[in-house]
Amino acid sequence: MPEMSKNPTGVAAAEAAGDGSAAPPPLLEISGLRTHFTTREGVVKAVDGVDLAVGERRTVCVVGESGCGKSVTARSILGLVDRPGEITGGSILWRGGDRTSPVDLAKLDPHGEELRRIRGGEISMVFQEPMASLSPMYTIGDQLTETIRLHLPMTKAEAKDHAIAMLRKVGIPKPEQRFNAYSFQLSGGMCQRAMIAIALACGPGLLIADEPTTALDVTIQARILDLIASLQESSGMSVMFITHDLGVVAEIADEVVVMYLGTVVERGPVDEIFHDPKHPYTQALLDSVPAMGQGRGQRLRQIRGRVPHPSERAEGCPFHPRCDSAIAGVCDTTEPPETVFGPDRTARCVLYTPGLGTPGNVPGDTDPAEEREVPANG
Amino acid sequence: MADPTAPTAPTAPTAPAGSGGDAETPLLEIRGLRMDYPIRHGMFGRHIGTVRAVTGVDLTIRPGETLGLVGESGCGKTTLGRCIVRTLRPTAGTIRYHARDGRVVDLAALGQRELRRYQREVRLVFQDPFSSLNPRMTLLEIIGDPLRNNGLAQGKELERRVGEMLELVGLPPGYMRRYPHAFSGGERQRVNIARALIMRPRLVVADEPVSALDVSVRASILNLLRDLQEELDLTYLFISHDLSVVENICDRVAVMYLGNIVELAGTDALYRGPRHPYTEALLSAVPRADPRLRGSGRRIRLSDDLPDPAAPPPGCAFHTRCHYAKAETCAAPGAGPVLLPPPDPSGRGGTAAGPAATPHLAACHFAGDLSLTGV
Repeated sequence: MPEMSKNPTGVAAAEAAGDGSAAPPPLLEISGLRTHFTTREGVVKAVDGVDLAVGERRTVCVVGESGCGKSVTARSILGLVDRPGEITGGSILWRGGDRTSPVDLAKLDPHGEELRRIRGGEISMVFQEPMASLSPMYTIGDQLTETIRLHLPMTKAEAKDHAIAMLRKVGIPKPEQRFNAYSFQLSGGMCQRAMIAIALACGPGLLIADEPTTALDVTIQARILDLIASLQESSGMSVMFITHDLGVVAEIADEVVVMYLGTVVERGPVDEIFHDPKHPYTQALLDSVPAMGQGRGQRLRQIRGRVPHPSERAEGCPFHPRCDSAIAGVCDTTEPPETVFGPDRTARCVLYTPGLGTPGNVPGDTDPAEEREVPANG
Repeated sequence: MADPTAPTAPTAPTAPAGSGGDAETPLLEIRGLRMDYPIRHGMFGRHIGTVRAVTGVDLTIRPGETLGLVGESGCGKTTLGRCIVRTLRPTAGTIRYHARDGRVVDLAALGQRELRRYQREVRLVFQDPFSSLNPRMTLLEIIGDPLRNNGLAQGKELERRVGEMLELVGLPPGYMRRYPHAFSGGERQRVNIARALIMRPRLVVADEPVSALDVSVRASILNLLRDLQEELDLTYLFISHDLSVVENICDRVAVMYLGNIVELAGTDALYRGPRHPYTEALLSAVPRADPRLRGSGRRIRLSDDLPDPAAPPPGCAFHTRCHYAKAETCAAPGAGPVLLPPPDPSGRGGTAAGPAATPHLAACHFAGDLSLTGV
């Protein structure tokens, strides 16, 4: 990683992860994960063969449009997939805690004791709607101490002290008073801080954040992102951050996983994803975002069509009906193989498969300024 | 698109220009607009306080422009938009609208009956494409509703015009018998836009039209709004909290804080050189979609607590969160600073070179002294 401008966290993380030879196995390793929903209309393959890894102290961002399986992937890790969904294949190896050998979360009973201990204790999750994910029937303090007492051997009084300390740590003013507040008495930003306090109360090794700032104002979003980064620095946890906001990704990610229709189409270090995207879908996503500081009037590139329902997944490459680089007779028939460009750098597109794609169509080669002027179509 | 009722370019009936000597006749002039919501309590609805959602806004909208209105949630931008389309009746102030027929009317003072004809010319596009369409109505009913209500078209004529409108917003006319549930967020937002445009309005107030949409869909709706503006001679008031979208589509930007406009300038001027600390903080909070820019620029973080609009702080409303605030000036009781061109020794602010000579206004005591960072 040559000229990557990284924040201090990133540098520390890179050293800890050791890009060199003796790379420790990742904290969380998902391979070939399939989470399917069996409905009357057929099987919906929401997650269909996802591989991703989260290293120690790393921040991995999962991006993609709605309906591409980001949230279901995250929920599969913690066994939170609602019926009729179930994990039908693959493994989720978790090496956190003081384990000597990894445990496969996909094999655990979603209602069983072991997964319940991991959930909230070793891996915790922050959801998108802070107001909706806190119970209005219990005070913030009740909900915090419940989590703490479930996972840590503490008395009620100790748990309360710890809870107040957590609220202070996430930047909630007057934590002693807020301890007795209900969620509806707090603003959205404060609720999200309370959610983060609950998630981090037991010192998890991995925090899964599912669009935690999407419902918040930019000013509050910036503060929540700062908070997560500083907590990560002090506690050394890993973060898996799900978002569709590429600005947020550029700000916090070490690595990026791009998902489309239940599969990972590209992954790599954040700088390479933004400056040398391999997959046409990644390129298209990047082009559709208005870049700040570019001034007025730039026409945005739009991606043709829309994300189809997972049950209407196209043959071959799932993205080919919307892809400008699609090759007739190739993309609509063969499932693209995964091309490995380096450690943790892959893309799933025939353009990089010798003998199948033509390198002339590689999206990174064309000038993005030329591509921006794509005529409008419905 | 051939269209019998297409608005002609706004013919300028020489009306007295409100303030500021613009050569061009404005489309809408808002002066001293205030909107108070009473806080009621108890069984008899005792009046126990007032939320001042909009506190004396002056704003001029020029024909053919896209004016952005940005600010955090709760700053009154939606209320201001609703006052303009008059789904709310403002507490005080005037909204002088230069109508298509050349008359100048005060929308704020009109009663329901007189309002009807002007409400055809000023339409609203809602934020949430999912809750703003009635699930029991077909697209034909939804989009055609304003036409039928105003007795402008029915039967085959109605269908023809709805079909035309659907085509204009990029949906097949054949969809008109379908119900909204069959459509994605982006398509519903197109329906929303079609409903607003079927009356051939001149001014469209778009309240967060793309906030609920995915990035790629957002791009297509922004492109559509731009094309429609060109084709139909529209003027937009574009309300949004997303500064990257606003920069992309707006000609001028007004920044709102706690019921008032704190900065108003041409888009480039505002983004490059903000003059109000709040604008600077907003700009610095927007994540930039380039990892190489990480850590560059000034990081300004505002505290989370927006003051209670029922009990605004004395003096400058922003001083409680402002990094540059000086207690003796900014927190002094009384009215806060007013929107003025900052005193600029070099004379490069004020009447800077620009197509429509957009003055750069900021409501800050120190607007002339601070050197603030843009993007």
